Amino acid sequence: MTPELLAALTAARAAKRPVVVATRLPTGEQMLLPDAAAPADLAEAAARALGRDESGTVTLGNETWFLHAYNPPLRLIVVGAVHIAQALVPMAAHLGLAVVVVDPRRAFATEERFPNVTVSTDWPDEALDELKPDVRTAIITLTHDPKLDDPALDRALKSPAFYIGSLGSRRTHARRVARLKELGHSDAAIARIKGPVGLDLGAVTAPEIAVAILAEFVAARRNGALAPKIAEPQLA
Amino acid sequence: MSHASNDVLATAAAWREAGELVALATVTETWGSSPRPAGSQLAVTKSGRMAGSVSGGCIEGAVAEVAMKTIETGVPQLLDFGITDERAWEVGLACGGKLKVFVEKLA
Repeated sequence: MTPELLAALTAARAAKRPVVVATRLPTGEQMLLPDAAAPADLAEAAARALGRDESGTVTLGNETWFLHAYNPPLRLIVVGAVHIAQALVPMAAHLGLAVVVVDPRRAFATEERFPNVTVSTDWPDEALDELKPDVRTAIITLTHDPKLDDPALDRALKSPAFYIGSLGSRRTHARRVARLKELGHSDAAIARIKGPVGLDLGAVTAPEIAVAILAEFVAARRNGALAPKIAEPQLA
Repeated sequence: MSHASNDVLATAAAWREAGELVALATVTETWGSSPRPAGSQLAVTKSGRMAGSVSGGCIEGAVAEVAMKTIETGVPQLLDFGITDERAWEVGLACGGKLKVFVEKLA
């Protein structure tokens, strides 16, 4: 890889621009896409690789290209700078997620509790309006507090976020569902929320609960056999 | 929070920046039960540092050897590993999968 290509690739990733490094095999000529000068079939294949978020080898005419898709990292918005968040955030970073913690309670959302983490102390609905969750964003609420969780979930349901999880017991979740309905969200929309969030591992400690949540997240992302349960029927 | 520890390309770029001679190996294609998908990377320096992986540890040694050669010559290599491959038998590709690995120098 030439220093120029490496520099361009590094800059694109820093700017969170989706790019593809195309390498002709076996000779190794390379180009960074999108590039107006690229042949149309190569540009199309690169766009497909980014769309599927999958790197791979393609044959175009009599040429073989390896297309390495570099999408910006998936984002995780954690609402609630609580103890479980302290365990979950570093694990999520190891999973390659770009994490933002939202909590207007400044006693919780401190640099000491969340070193080197992007923290917003805006109210959750305002924070989410600012962060603009997209199809590559996951949102997990951890506060149990309706006045913080509800505005976050309201905005989450209005977004195309690919994963929405909410911590709380089945009873807490049933009450939450009722409140979200009052806000005008349909059953189908509310069913997007994984609640109670996390696989049933019998987790007790904060790190164990973080593992349960992230295990469910991975299953959802990879469409694994333990993919998230549908929202439980609501209790009276 | 950064996740630089998992970012092989960033690690390789930082090593290069610091004056190391670096080769980058990338899985380009897999068949069967290969443990790491296409796009997985292993960075190797002439001084012997390694970051990332292209398999579950079966072929990293063999890839590192080729990487040393690529660092010297600057010529990229496309390697085939599979259960029918003599070299794979030598290094023990126990998973029974097949994969191709592209090895290039960071110039």
